[in-house]
Amino acid sequence: MTAVLLAFVLVAAMAAFVIAQHRAQVVVGGDTAALHSRPSYHGFYSFLWVVLVGLGLVIVLTAVPNRAIDAMLMGRIAEALPDQPRIAHELVLSDAKALAAGTVASKTGDLRLAIAADFSRAAALWNWVRVIGVIGGVLAAAFLTHRAVTPERRARNRTERIVRVLLAAMATIAILTTIGIVLSLIFETLNFFGKIDWQIWKFLFGTTWSPLSGVQSGQLDADKVGAIPLFAGTLMITLIAMLVAVPIGLFAAIYLSDFASKRVRSVVKPMLEILAGIPTVVYGFFAAITVAPFLRGSGEAIGLSVASESALVAGIVMGIMIIPFISSLSDDVINAVPQSLRDGSYGLGATRAETIRQVILPAALPGIVSASLLGFSRAVGETMIVVMAAGQGANLTANPFEAVTTVTVQIVMLITGDTEAETAAGPAFTLGFTLFCVTLLMNVIAQRIVRRYREMYD
Amino acid sequence: MTEITSTGHYGSLLGDKATALGLRRRRNAERRLKAYGITAILLAGLALFALLGSVIWQAAGAVTEAYVTLPVELKADDIDPDATGDPKIILRGDFNGLTKDALKAAFPQVTGRSARRELYDVVSSGAAFELADHVAENPSLVGQTINFRFLASDITDLYLKGSFGALRPLPTAGRLTVALDGDEATLNSTEADFAGVLAVLKDQLVDDAKRLRVRAARQNNAVSVYETRIAEAADDDARAKSLAALERARTERDALLAEAERLEARAADTGAEDLDDEVRSVFVRAGGGWLKLTRLDASGAAAEVLAPPAGALADLAEWQLLTTDLPAAARKVSDTQIMVIEELRSGSAVDSVFNWRFFTAGDSREPELAGIWGATVGSFWTMLVTFLLAFPVGVAAAIYLEEFAPRNRFTDFIEININNLAAVPSIIFGLLGLAVVIGFFGVPRSAPLAGGMVMALMTLPTIIIAARATIAAVPPSIREAALGVGASQVQTTFHHVLPLAMPGILTGTIIGMARALGETAPLIMIGMVAFIVDIPTGITDSATVLPVQVYRWSDFPERAFEARTGAAICVLMIFLVLMNAVAIVLRRRFERRW
Repeated sequence: MTAVLLAFVLVAAMAAFVIAQHRAQVVVGGDTAALHSRPSYHGFYSFLWVVLVGLGLVIVLTAVPNRAIDAMLMGRIAEALPDQPRIAHELVLSDAKALAAGTVASKTGDLRLAIAADFSRAAALWNWVRVIGVIGGVLAAAFLTHRAVTPERRARNRTERIVRVLLAAMATIAILTTIGIVLSLIFETLNFFGKIDWQIWKFLFGTTWSPLSGVQSGQLDADKVGAIPLFAGTLMITLIAMLVAVPIGLFAAIYLSDFASKRVRSVVKPMLEILAGIPTVVYGFFAAITVAPFLRGSGEAIGLSVASESALVAGIVMGIMIIPFISSLSDDVINAVPQSLRDGSYGLGATRAETIRQVILPAALPGIVSASLLGFSRAVGETMIVVMAAGQGANLTANPFEAVTTVTVQIVMLITGDTEAETAAGPAFTLGFTLFCVTLLMNVIAQRIVRRYREMYD
Repeated sequence: MTEITSTGHYGSLLGDKATALGLRRRRNAERRLKAYGITAILLAGLALFALLGSVIWQAAGAVTEAYVTLPVELKADDIDPDATGDPKIILRGDFNGLTKDALKAAFPQVTGRSARRELYDVVSSGAAFELADHVAENPSLVGQTINFRFLASDITDLYLKGSFGALRPLPTAGRLTVALDGDEATLNSTEADFAGVLAVLKDQLVDDAKRLRVRAARQNNAVSVYETRIAEAADDDARAKSLAALERARTERDALLAEAERLEARAADTGAEDLDDEVRSVFVRAGGGWLKLTRLDASGAAAEVLAPPAGALADLAEWQLLTTDLPAAARKVSDTQIMVIEELRSGSAVDSVFNWRFFTAGDSREPELAGIWGATVGSFWTMLVTFLLAFPVGVAAAIYLEEFAPRNRFTDFIEININNLAAVPSIIFGLLGLAVVIGFFGVPRSAPLAGGMVMALMTLPTIIIAARATIAAVPPSIREAALGVGASQVQTTFHHVLPLAMPGILTGTIIGMARALGETAPLIMIGMVAFIVDIPTGITDSATVLPVQVYRWSDFPERAFEARTGAAICVLMIFLVLMNAVAIVLRRRFERRW
């Protein structure tokens, strides 16, 4: 139904365009030079208004009544079942909706059937309201803009003003996204802290993570929400990844920028780009199916017991994933070191290696540090590799051969687990908020460093 | 002056030992740095090679699928007793039972509940539905006996592909005599054939024991390492930790040694050998029958009859002695199934064809029925929504920021915002989608609409950044020329700047979309990880996408799903390569350098 309405709005807008354009020609008797704006601008003006009014009405008239109907029915269910929790009411409502739609409901009964009948009636009514509202709004917009077509009308300027406002509105979506992220994360985080009686330190410094085991009437056991094992696991895997990625990435970048011939570069650069373009789920599969058994086997060969979901496996594979990231960013900053510095060094008789070690690397160091920071923040937020190759149990250990879990793994497990969403969302969103803050902080620091570094050579 | 530039002076300079040494050191340092660089690149290349290689190697197992052709009697009573010919009634028939009957008829010798169940597992559980569809399409077949190609089960398929090892013949020299006694049989050969088998089995036991001893020796190394650590431990805590590790290593070592000793004792025992799950199965195939050896000594053997031979066997020269590569405990395919499959194979009732089903079917719990089409369509819908939302919004935002926005705090803030959004972990976008798109806007869970909205928000920064870069690269002279002939700012932007920047914007968009196509975590958050068999027909149906399908399949325990996962990854990578190729072509052909 919504799709039909959207199609109607689009068709109506095109019709409005044609009609207004035609009308502009008619009002001046074909002498378009007498118009302030060319006929197509009159058409565009009409088109834009019809689209805006139509789309706005479709969205508002779809979202609002759905919520209104739900609220009304929830009220009726609450009246009928006053002593049951809200979750039971929601179940009744979803069953009633399923019955109304003729699909499978978990249960049926008088109350559910009555609510289903009410729902069908209300939905049908609102549907008509919606259709009439959208058609009316569209026609009104078309009519008003059509009537306003006169030779003197500054249709171009008005159209352009609308376009500018629309462009600015689109640019603010980025801000709205950030606000949306922060608000939704903070809301659930505060909710969660409320459930552990505001003992925030127990979340930040506790060492036992088992948030869903101590749920009692909505309250969580504050002694079981200690996130230190997750932070430690994340840190360990990330550090292993950096140990793999930074040397390889950096040396590759040095070689490519100062030693490699054009032909080598034309082979190696695309290779690194391929590495960068591989989806993380593929890295996860690689870690679980190839690297884990390999490390387990080689560990056994030297008498080490490596868990099949060890921190080492996840760290190494994550490191491979970050190599192209580090190498391309380092390549950029090494290339950005002014040629004059190189020439000066060579002029003094330094070899290439000496120039790199004593001139280029010190000059590029801030850039390399910020590249590593960005790589670090990426590794911290990486999800699929650790979900597929790291452990799931919170285990506080310093041994990289044992299974550890990470913040992202726990978020995925909480959200996709069997526990009801309301309980699991708290810890998951709180972890998400922590992750967001940490990565944001690292990005801001990295950007600062880069900016200062740029200023140095610009 | 001439004295100084004489060769003698330079000669002394170059000949100076310290200088020469220094030069060599400096050149070595350069060589080392170069070697590090080459090593780093080789390591990265090796990683890429290993990754792609292991994926393709896995995927190779899903290239073909096996079929088993069996005669099946389409009993009218079971399908369409009233001979209506109505497909609806036919589809309700008991084709599962007919399939089982066909198997039973082909292998009447397989009796007993568990053996029967193993027999039924030779063909896929989906084969009955295909038979039903086939009959529903041709109602005239009811009542006839037809040869139908049943889809083989994953176990059969893997066995045929050699995943459980091969069946190897052992040499036979003598003439075989078999005395049958119900389900059991006693075998004798005129030559020392069974003694040979016994020797082979004992050798295997010795090999296994050796392997265990090597592992035990490694654990012993660990024990000595921990012992020295305990001796050198600085504090009680470290000592306790090492002690625990020591204890673990010791127990492990002792268990391995005990197991090795047991196997060795078994190998050393020259008497009869009981063939159990731990040793490889040995079959005797003679006179159309299959016997599985259960007890073996130097002179003869006792066997279990898997399929009785046609008649009594005495003094038979033509017989086969076969052994598996893996003991029964280490393979999914049972002895009965091996017999059935080998019989079918020698009756050329088995064939393998290219696995088209994988590209046309939806998801399934049975690996042999599972396909990638549902996820591909889900990915298409999701990407469509992503493109329709992210492209216009991203381009509009980029135009505004580059062409119209005044330079002030607010636009600076937007810019910082966009840069930071590009680096927010993707899982956070999943949480945003869960809270806002599903929780607040009430978009149905698991729908491409929800997934596409989340992906659009995630791709937006990439598109904006790329579009801004290309718009900024359009030289000011173009704008000035347009403004100079009287175009308004909006006209200048839309008629002149945007068309010139379009190829670059499209390149950036495609690269952003390719990233979104491979993204998994946010979609898992919003429930696109559910088990969905049907092919989605719109943006509000429940759906899954390619990378999520990869994730789900990689989690399944069935071994055949590993091959499916590899194949799904190949499909995903082909799409990514295509998208990137389009982006590269766009960049090469249309992008202008000013």
